[in-house]
Amino acid sequence: MNNVTLDTEGHPLDIYLRVDRLPHIWCAGCGLGSILGSLLRGLVDSGFDMKKVALVSGIGCTGRAAGYVKLDSFHTTHGRAIPFATGLKLANPELKVVIFSGDGDLAAIGGNHLIHAGRRNIDMTVICVNNFNYGMTGGQFGPTTPWNARTTTSRRGNIESAFNLPHLAAASGAVYVARWTTAQIRQLERAIKEALLKRGFSFIEVISPCPTYYGRMNQQASGLDQMRHYRANSVVKHGANPSEVDIDLEGQIVVGKFIDIERPYLPE
Amino acid sequence: MSKGKAKSGQNRVHVIAERCKGCGFCVEFCPKHALYQSTETNSKGYYLIAASNENRCSGCGMCSMVCPEFAIFVDSAEEED
Amino acid sequence: MSGDEACAEGGISAGCKFFAGYPITPATEIAERMSDRLPEVGGTYIQMEDELASMAAILGASWGGVRAMTATSGPGFSLMMENIGLGVMLETPCVVVNIQRGGPSTGLPTLTGQGDMMQARWGSHGHYSIIALAPNSPQESFDLTVKAFNLSERYRVPVLVMSGAAVGHMYEKVVIPPASEIEIVPRRKPAVPPEEYWPFKPDDDLVPPMANSGEGYGFHVTGLTHDERGYPAMNPEAQDRLVRRLVEKIENYRSEIVELEEDGIEGAEVVVCSYGISARVALIAIERARSAGIRVGMLRLVTVWPFPEDRVREIAGQVRAFVVPEINYGQISLEVERCAGSKARTILVPHMGGTVHNPETILDAIKQAVK
Repeated sequence: MNNVTLDTEGHPLDIYLRVDRLPHIWCAGCGLGSILGSLLRGLVDSGFDMKKVALVSGIGCTGRAAGYVKLDSFHTTHGRAIPFATGLKLANPELKVVIFSGDGDLAAIGGNHLIHAGRRNIDMTVICVNNFNYGMTGGQFGPTTPWNARTTTSRRGNIESAFNLPHLAAASGAVYVARWTTAQIRQLERAIKEALLKRGFSFIEVISPCPTYYGRMNQQASGLDQMRHYRANSVVKHGANPSEVDIDLEGQIVVGKFIDIERPYLPE
Repeated sequence: MSKGKAKSGQNRVHVIAERCKGCGFCVEFCPKHALYQSTETNSKGYYLIAASNENRCSGCGMCSMVCPEFAIFVDSAEEED
Repeated sequence: MSGDEACAEGGISAGCKFFAGYPITPATEIAERMSDRLPEVGGTYIQMEDELASMAAILGASWGGVRAMTATSGPGFSLMMENIGLGVMLETPCVVVNIQRGGPSTGLPTLTGQGDMMQARWGSHGHYSIIALAPNSPQESFDLTVKAFNLSERYRVPVLVMSGAAVGHMYEKVVIPPASEIEIVPRRKPAVPPEEYWPFKPDDDLVPPMANSGEGYGFHVTGLTHDERGYPAMNPEAQDRLVRRLVEKIENYRSEIVELEEDGIEGAEVVVCSYGISARVALIAIERARSAGIRVGMLRLVTVWPFPEDRVREIAGQVRAFVVPEINYGQISLEVERCAGSKARTILVPHMGGTVHNPETILDAIKQAVK
């Protein structure tokens, strides 16, 4: 093998990671590590004082991210990352508060808190990783599972419709709304930087592979299969109307920056 | 950290073997097709990444960005020495 | 002022700078007063979308470095249970006021009850210990809210102030001491630099020092069972160490935490054991009983949890019976009975709720006890 040295350490992000806990628990082909890496690079490149960054997560595979970063990090109860983060931010407005949680945690049990945080326009950034199912508990359907998709609690096909998360966030009042997939990792990192620097409630939905459950049950059994699917089916439409970016099983995935507005935010 | 010195003008790819889970994202997304999955395994049995003979790496860092395991990164030639 | 207003003033005097709550009868006045007073003292009031969010928000605020409280009644208390558990697990100082009303469920929104006492002890899942205080007047509503904040910082645990509509909506004179006379127990800070800090490594008294977010400690905390580093450690050994410490950090310090009011226990034949508004009503019965020549003592639980097991056991050896009036069908009476054992009878005087006891019912029980 030329040019490849097999090391035991030394990744540039290691200073922000709890390397004593790596390799992490996420499956081979899961996109969570990529997204977490983008967030860390986004934070560092935007010039934030990392001592004043607080990462808050909920329950689920995505929620485990809090345990891998060497920052003030809070792994809270299911669905309650956003209100916890609200208290944290209001108590200490100097903190840069980032929520890193999943589709089930933020939009099912946490849905009410999501829309109210958008309404209040609390100054925080939400990275919502959407892998279309509840991974940690074994691949059940959730509020973002497309209609007709197979999951462990919808083996004959999901009979419910899915949320359009950018639409939900925008309608609630978020001032920055974007969606990217892990196949557009550069654009994702750029969006993360914009969202972090934006004052008010910023929301980025990141479509990410779940090879073990959602992918496997819907004919895309590896992370790579899902990444190729994202690349083939993503359409970049900056400024698209969020109400028109629903995702269905076979169709297009509209990505891009949909909302970027100004509005009074809390804390002033 | 790195073992050995590269020839000048060459980029070096570092793989942290015990972190790699052989997902193949880096191979897929490398714009120069400089990487492939080898038959070497780490202690968990994952097939490790290797670079092709032609030393095609341009130092773009795409592999590092897309890797979910914090297992791969590049030194670009300008930073050497 | 009312008991509710006094709770709010107690919080302000104790240095509370954050209130997150949701209106609920009969606790709403606490939120209303806090919404006025907090901006005056440089604090923040936020009305959250529900009690689940309110409890989560005060935990977050506490980690942000400020004293935080919320107030609710039964239905909201039930909703808060999940995150009271998180508060226990993350060892987060904060105060939760429950102005109890008739239950279960929607029950009697405007009328008093004491039916949440066992819930206060055991309401969240899993095994843990907690501290609960029971004011019997607006003055005590003020005093015990201040005390609650101090206990919560000292023991790194949410502290519950278990009041009731009868006290919350009662108007009496409240003396508010000047700030210089109010003791504020400071948060215990780490004595080591950030690289050496383990968020759950306890001091000798089983309580770990607490770094706030933004102070440069870069800590991780989780509701999962964790080790001293704060890392998830889901195995029986870590569970054993953690749960024992969470319980023992309070139970081993019972003598410092428990506050009781006693009267006439020496030489008594029967002792009325009560708390909150029921203890005040019981005074009338006790007076009448004493006039009738009965040697009756009073044991008022200012601290209900941890329960004063040792004192009750001690008294049980000296008296014939305990009379326990409470506005429920028997909750704290179970604790009295458990501790009294076979040494003394426990006579419950229940009241299902909606108003306070008729003192005659308590007097009847006292007479029963000495027959």
